[in-house]
Amino acid sequence: MPNFNDILVLLPEFYLVAAACVLLLADAFMTPEQRPQLHWISIVVLLVAICLVIAGQPAQTVTAFGGMFVRDGVGEMLKIFALGTTAMVLVYARPYLLDRRLPLGEFYTLMIFAVIGIMLLVSAGNLVTVYLGLELLSLSSYALVALNRDARLPSEAALKYFVLGALASGMLLYGMSMVYGASGMGGTPGLGLTQLHQVMAYTAAPKLLLFGLIFMIVGIGFKLGAAPFHMWIPDVYQGAPTPVTAFVAAGSKLAAFGMAYRLLDAGMGDLAHQWQLMLAVLAVASLAIGNLVAIVQTNLKRMLAYSTISHMGYLLLGLSAAGPEGYAAAMFYAIAYSMMSVAAFGVILALARSGFECEEIADLKGLNQKSPWMAFLMMLAMFSLAGVPPLFGFWAKALVLEAAIHAGMLWLAIVGIVFAIVGLYYYLHVVKVMYFDKPAEGSVLQARPDMSLRTVLSLNALSLLALGLYWGPLLGWCRHAFGL
Amino acid sequence: MFNHLLSLLIWLPVIGAVPVLLAGANRPDTARWLALLVAVATFVASLFLLVRYHPDVGGMQLTESHLWIAAWGVHYSLAVDGISVALILMSTFVGILVVAGAWEVIQDKPHQYMAAMLMLEGLLIGVFCATDALLFYALFEAILIPMFILIGIWGGPRRVYATLKFFIYTFFGSVFMLIALLYLYQQAGTFDMATLAALPLTMKAQTWVFFAFLIAFAIKVPMVPVHTWLPDAHVEAPTGGSVVLAAVMLKVGTYGMLRFILPIVPDAGGHFAWLIIVLSLVAIVYIGYVALVQEDMKKLVAYSSVAHMGFVTLGIFIAFLLVREQGNVEMARLGMQGAMVQMISHGFVSGAMFTCIGVMYDRLHSRQIKDYGGVINVMPWFGFFYVLFAMANSGLPGTSGFVGEFMVILASFTANPWIALFAGFTLVIGAAYTLWMVKRVMWGDITNPHVAGMKEINGRETFVMIAFAAAVLAIGIWPQPLVHLMDTSVSQLVQQLAIHKI
Repeated sequence: MPNFNDILVLLPEFYLVAAACVLLLADAFMTPEQRPQLHWISIVVLLVAICLVIAGQPAQTVTAFGGMFVRDGVGEMLKIFALGTTAMVLVYARPYLLDRRLPLGEFYTLMIFAVIGIMLLVSAGNLVTVYLGLELLSLSSYALVALNRDARLPSEAALKYFVLGALASGMLLYGMSMVYGASGMGGTPGLGLTQLHQVMAYTAAPKLLLFGLIFMIVGIGFKLGAAPFHMWIPDVYQGAPTPVTAFVAAGSKLAAFGMAYRLLDAGMGDLAHQWQLMLAVLAVASLAIGNLVAIVQTNLKRMLAYSTISHMGYLLLGLSAAGPEGYAAAMFYAIAYSMMSVAAFGVILALARSGFECEEIADLKGLNQKSPWMAFLMMLAMFSLAGVPPLFGFWAKALVLEAAIHAGMLWLAIVGIVFAIVGLYYYLHVVKVMYFDKPAEGSVLQARPDMSLRTVLSLNALSLLALGLYWGPLLGWCRHAFGL
Repeated sequence: MFNHLLSLLIWLPVIGAVPVLLAGANRPDTARWLALLVAVATFVASLFLLVRYHPDVGGMQLTESHLWIAAWGVHYSLAVDGISVALILMSTFVGILVVAGAWEVIQDKPHQYMAAMLMLEGLLIGVFCATDALLFYALFEAILIPMFILIGIWGGPRRVYATLKFFIYTFFGSVFMLIALLYLYQQAGTFDMATLAALPLTMKAQTWVFFAFLIAFAIKVPMVPVHTWLPDAHVEAPTGGSVVLAAVMLKVGTYGMLRFILPIVPDAGGHFAWLIIVLSLVAIVYIGYVALVQEDMKKLVAYSSVAHMGFVTLGIFIAFLLVREQGNVEMARLGMQGAMVQMISHGFVSGAMFTCIGVMYDRLHSRQIKDYGGVINVMPWFGFFYVLFAMANSGLPGTSGFVGEFMVILASFTANPWIALFAGFTLVIGAAYTLWMVKRVMWGDITNPHVAGMKEINGRETFVMIAFAAAVLAIGIWPQPLVHLMDTSVSQLVQQLAIHKI
């Protein structure tokens, strides 16, 4: 019987579930004129959730429901940033949704459910919780991608996402069942990640365990979007409504990192020497495919999709270092990436209007002449993604490279840095289009006069510069979460 | 203020760029005057370096250090020695001249141009006084961004190609340096450059680190065979961009060699000194010939820059040879001294040459030598300055170009007369390509009717010319103050060459 303390530990999650239900009801009773107010309500809901997470921060690791749910520094930090980036996405999404008359109630409730999924996932202490969180996040994401259900491209993207996602979930579940079986042979069967860790040493079926591990890594690779499990990323990024793309890029990557960390470290830490090399291979493949294919893209969202794949390669560099240092670097990278990608999609959303998606790279031609401030913000995002100092993205790259070298994988760091040069080209290309090209005839490029969007977007992009100049505290926080 | 003089020098132009940018496209004159004000203020502040820096004491002075990133022990630490002071003074001096030089030339978004220039200046000053390797690296890379924008927006017809090539080429080199720095961090547990200098390293490690550093700095200098980005960047850059590129940015490469290769990997440096010497000689002789056949004035000066920077690298690495193989510290000092003087001198001479070409380009919109001829007939004052700078470029005694080259050749002669012979070729080839260009551009009859319509330089342009001419002549006639400023620091550098770290 769960006691009151358990509920208190999960207070932010319970609160969000309640809030999402209230939003659903409110949506049902609201008139179409009132419905845009859902926007502010859901942002407040998310901000309150952040406050709850911070206020209830435990001094040390706390578990609830018999170890199903773990509340520790890593989970807290990922939750705060996931909630924060989602709130930013909501701010950026408002004009886009209103223009296109997309269903508002569904958007906000699904977003909040997806965030609950993230929160469960990053706090999972048990294989079942991992799966539960993952499915909640994934199902909400599939529906969000298909939000504009009458259009062809989003429906196609959603279907692809769903089919491939279901396959990956199946793989993960299959892997979990094998691991469960293998661990059961050595002692008490358990689905708890820490128990798994304990029995791992005595298991009588190491082959089976390894087999399960491989399937679980497939699931993680899919969620991260690491090559060769990246096929869904370009189509989903391009096809989904841009706010949803921003969410998939930022929020769910934080979740994927959390999931990878929970499964690999808490559950399979003893097999680190086995999965290290697997992750390194995934990293190299992602770096190569992501960076090389991004070069030839003409669609901005698709280009950013391939760039995501390459960034997941860098994140894997940190994870494959398999130690608190590496995890801290990878978490720093995940946070940096979510902030950079949200800023980039934010600029796209700020420039889009009804009938003009602003999603081709050529659409940005001459942006510096039309709207210098937006061009500047986009430039910050691009240089940050490319990893040029003094921007945030550079330090994130330096950290994961250092982690890889520290773990004795100098070759991996060199591969990573070589592909950073390749990647530089397509980010520079965007800057070139904005700054060096003349605006197209009759170009309507203009930032939306929406004040909240402009303010938050400016803060978001400028923070890439500010955190680039002073990233010590954030790194300290990341390292602290991993007990360094 | 004096305790944070170096921080002031870095941040004054960088922060000063913000109001310039905010002045906006609608108030170009406000932006110009603000930019000039910031540039002059930076120059004046840099003059205090001469007061505060004690050349006879040597070592790193005016130290500032704050913990920046606790987890990595990275410090925001700045300090200067004589070489840095000379380079910083040159940067702030050139900073004023490029702002003045761009005054009415840049009509398209002048506020953005001026802001980018000021930012570039601040970051370059930062490179010259960083004493933490990671801080150095961040600044070293950050200078690419404003330069990329400068060439890309205000450049010539092939600017996009040139600026992308410039950015990716130089980025390519420096990322390997990052790996080397992270490796050194693993070994030493710090990024502090003084600690890294004392770090013992095996020959194998030194070799790898040496080549990682070399590729970063060789591309920046640029040395043969990785010089190919430079002619494109120079030709397409706006005049001010070319001036800063040639005068200050190339020095970042040789400065990096002094700060990283010399102290951190001296054994590998000594072992591979022959390689650098050969490449420097190739730059001096072969690139000299390449310059001879150029038809584009900017390209010609760009190639001559490569040849002149060859003297700097030659001077630095001939010192390695002299110290480590012959134990001749005196001559090594001379060679190193010559390299330093050449760095400063080339800054002024090449800056002046590019400014002159810019002046002509503004009038005729051509950089082709064949479009000119007899310019001196219509622009006698301009002709006077042009010929003066051309003489300095070919190393005429009495101009700054001569001093450094002479010292380096003298030192090379002691090391090996053959090296001196090839280095001495420059006196012939340099004179040939420069004077031949002068003949075709300045002298003779006016054949192109457009040349007849060229106007004499105005007051602003004359000011820029006089400033450059004063610097060129001052170093040429009385190099003693400059030599004295750097003397102790050079001696200390040369002593480091003898250290064995294995």
